[in-house]
Amino acid sequence: MLINGLAIMAACMLAGTFLGDMLGLMLGLKGANVGGVGFAMLFLILVTNKLKDKKLFSKAAESGVLFWSSFYIPVVVAMAAIQNVQAALKGGMAALLAGVLGTVFCFLLVKPLSSLGGKQEPLPQFAE
Amino acid sequence: MQEYFSTMFAEKGFFHLQGLVFAFLCVGAIMWFSYKVMVPLFKHKLHGSAFAIVIALILAWAAGMLVGPTGKKGIGDIAMFSGMALMGGAMFRDFAIMSTAYGADLRELKKAGLGGFLAMVIGTAMAFYIGAAVAWLYGYTDAVSMATIGAGAVTFIVGPVTGAALKASSDVVALSIAAGVIKSVLVMVVTPMIAKMIGLNNPGAAIVFGGAMGTTSGVAAGLAATDARLVPYGAMVATFYTGFGCLVCPSILYFTLKIFFG
Repeated sequence: MLINGLAIMAACMLAGTFLGDMLGLMLGLKGANVGGVGFAMLFLILVTNKLKDKKLFSKAAESGVLFWSSFYIPVVVAMAAIQNVQAALKGGMAALLAGVLGTVFCFLLVKPLSSLGGKQEPLPQFAE
Repeated sequence: MQEYFSTMFAEKGFFHLQGLVFAFLCVGAIMWFSYKVMVPLFKHKLHGSAFAIVIALILAWAAGMLVGPTGKKGIGDIAMFSGMALMGGAMFRDFAIMSTAYGADLRELKKAGLGGFLAMVIGTAMAFYIGAAVAWLYGYTDAVSMATIGAGAVTFIVGPVTGAALKASSDVVALSIAAGVIKSVLVMVVTPMIAKMIGLNNPGAAIVFGGAMGTTSGVAAGLAATDARLVPYGAMVATFYTGFGCLVCPSILYFTLKIFFG
């Protein structure tokens, strides 16, 4: 059933977020969630792999998960539409420079640091 | 009958009550326009989702102009579009980001784990010190203000968290939020354009990218507009970044500034 896929996702999400909240509390960060979604993602990978090995993860359940992962871009578009763009512009030059320079220099980190993991093949081209 | 039509667009009216459903229609329309009109117009140089994100940001800006200084949520501040705030809010965003992990390659994650961690540490420190230096140039020469604005250049959540911990003044906190939002918007828009230049075309690079940039919304949108298959790798690291920033900015990184700027 499709809902089973969603239920598994929900369980992973709740477990991960809870763990992230606990980690935040233990580190003394009031209200901060440390890696909650990251843990949830790991749980989802591990749980679905296990279930697939045992042939317990049906096609319908899978389609529930796949629906959400293709729903991701529309959610991101909605997220962009609710950003506080005014606040970004109102900060003036100091905020603009801090934001822009901080971003540009971090972009430059990507190439040298990713070569640490050895040479990586680009993903194959795909038709949209 | 007349009342029904006259309140249709207002709070508790037709569109407000159908908020989430109407949001599906709005986002669908934005994406249709991006893929069918903008992509051919720009000769297929950029992904449709990149246009959709930019259009959404412009709408957020326009809504902010319309609503005035009380506005904080872009188009979500307008009653009839309040469903967008639910659809694009943290709960749906995190649920959708997480679902992209399905089918991600665990071996890739392990292989690039160290690079991702290093990127997070260096990326946080770099954004922090650059932000602090800019703050100093603009006359914020005390360690607390420098640290708060520097933390804002980390992400727009780390900024106010650091500001609150260090008791920074509210105008400095506002500046730090602005710096963080600029970063997040910039990452959304610029990533697809420079992806080739920085070698962002494989899972390993996406992991490093997620660690270096950190802003969850920026990374999520930037990677989506570059190649959706990279999203899980970048997003997974990025979700640790804000927590890490909240941990080190008001403590270790602040103390290093305090030594020199008191």
